[in-house]
Amino acid sequence: MTAALPLVLTVFVACAVEAIEALTIVLAAGLTRQWRSTFQGMAAALVVLAAIVGVLGPTITLLPLTALRLVVGALLLIFGLQWLRKAILRAAGYKALHDEASAYLREVAAAKAAPEVAKRGISDWYAFTLAFKGVLLEGLEVVFIVITFGANQRNLGAAVVGAAIAVVVVAVTGIAVRAPLAKVPENAMKFAVGIMLTSFGTFWGAEGAGVKWPGSDAALLVIVPVVAVVSLGYAVWLRRAHRANADAGPQAQVSQAEGVTS
Amino acid sequence: MLRALKSFGAFWYDFVIGDDWHVAAIVVAALALTALLVHVAGVNAWWLVPLAAFAALAWSLRRATGGKS
Repeated sequence: MTAALPLVLTVFVACAVEAIEALTIVLAAGLTRQWRSTFQGMAAALVVLAAIVGVLGPTITLLPLTALRLVVGALLLIFGLQWLRKAILRAAGYKALHDEASAYLREVAAAKAAPEVAKRGISDWYAFTLAFKGVLLEGLEVVFIVITFGANQRNLGAAVVGAAIAVVVVAVTGIAVRAPLAKVPENAMKFAVGIMLTSFGTFWGAEGAGVKWPGSDAALLVIVPVVAVVSLGYAVWLRRAHRANADAGPQAQVSQAEGVTS
Repeated sequence: MLRALKSFGAFWYDFVIGDDWHVAAIVVAALALTALLVHVAGVNAWWLVPLAAFAALAWSLRRATGGKS
């Protein structure tokens, strides 16, 4: 159980972040349009996600461990560096912080403007597709993390448990407050998930390439803090540079804004 | 049909590769070089992938901020 703890915690935090974003979309659809079609859309997306885990999970575990670690390690490392890049740009002030309250208002405005159309036995097609797309797209990242972490540690069950607990916690909280969970430190959570994905991706990818880590599995106890310190260092360095450029004048800020690609 | 395939491909490209393809290219190159060092040269190059990951992240951040910092 102790060995599965980092796995369950990483999947739990990653899944909670994505579930919070999906909850914002579901609430906007349900409270603005109608709950019946929203629940149908949400249920359809959950069935698709469960089918992906059910098919891909056992299939991927059939691969030899070395090949699995190389491929999955590479994917996790690329994925983790993407998360870290965005989190650092947000922490440094180059990219707007993810704000569930404003995301909710945007979704509500769009939902109010759309006409109510019945289609394929669904009374409100807009609410159905909004909930379906929201849950499916946010859920795909979770599925990716569940399958890669679970398969690599040969413990898909623990990864699924971590994801399921996160979904239940977020759903219950969302039902209780009936509002987007804007006070959750989402950006800090994304930073933490980026650090874990990058660390595990580095460890498994290099191992799949044939490396023998000094200290074997204990190397992770060094890799995770080193990745955290370097990432926080980049964030501090960029934040200082951003402030210095802001102090230098509006022209510098315009050039910087043009340089931020996403 | 072709449009649907293109959208499908674009979605997965965006999902896996993301905003900066250079990061993915550096990761793949680092893993390939590590495998070569280990299996051909007999060097246990455990340090190469973390160094490449930090370098890729720094380079990507510098590009994203317009190279001003």
